[in-house]
Amino acid sequence: MARTMKMKIKKKDNGIAEVLCLVNHPMETGLRKDKKTKQLIPAHHIQKMLFDVNGKTAADVSLAGSISKNPLIGVHVKANSGDTVKVSWSDNKGETGSAEKKVP
Amino acid sequence: MQRRTFLKSSLASGALLMAAGAGLLKPTRVLAAEWNKDAFTAKDVASAVKAVFGTSDAADSDKIKLKAPALAENGAVVPIKVSSSLPDAKKMAVVIEKNSSPLAAVVDISDGEPFFSARVKMGKTSPVTAYVMSGGKLYKTSQEVKVTVGGCGG
Repeated sequence: MARTMKMKIKKKDNGIAEVLCLVNHPMETGLRKDKKTKQLIPAHHIQKMLFDVNGKTAADVSLAGSISKNPLIGVHVKANSGDTVKVSWSDNKGETGSAEKKVP
Repeated sequence: MQRRTFLKSSLASGALLMAAGAGLLKPTRVLAAEWNKDAFTAKDVASAVKAVFGTSDAADSDKIKLKAPALAENGAVVPIKVSSSLPDAKKMAVVIEKNSSPLAAVVDISDGEPFFSARVKMGKTSPVTAYVMSGGKLYKTSQEVKVTVGGCGG
């Protein structure tokens, strides 16, 4: 299932850009119980998020299930106006997704 | 005859499914580094930090800024922000001490500034610690976040 992603890039001083990325993802820890069936809900969370600038990885984020659902992750990368920032993620069930945006 | 061909085709697709399940068919894009399973499944802070940085000796530093609420009403969504002015910071981690698996996030920076923001889940009131590796040494800073309603389990 395709999950929607939103990206926001804010330009900072000294060639640094703040990249904010929101992924629509349940982020199940694997510790929660279904209230009706009393069964544990299996873990399902994003494990890796890569922030690429012009095809080169600038930041590599590993996440645990303890990140809130629909995670909003922010990092600072070196990027100038016109550079392309690509965010790609993968979760523990093998789902992946990516989004691209140019630095304003 | 029809039954025979049906059996054959179902066998073939079954084998393909099994191959995919066993991870033989790798996704086209190979990720830069593997997810550090030992660190993320560690049950105590010391072993989680050791699995990430190779050492658990960290010195307190005021050059790491950790922004977190002093009181979080909803433990399911606690906004945190980590930034640092330490030189040559290449790796950062966020640890929530009293969560059942304390390590929340690890950031590897290859081309950028040490900065990370996210929203985390917290089971109960606990210190949140940010670790930054700078020039081969480990630094940390910590803040207690009070949680009135937990966001893990239930």
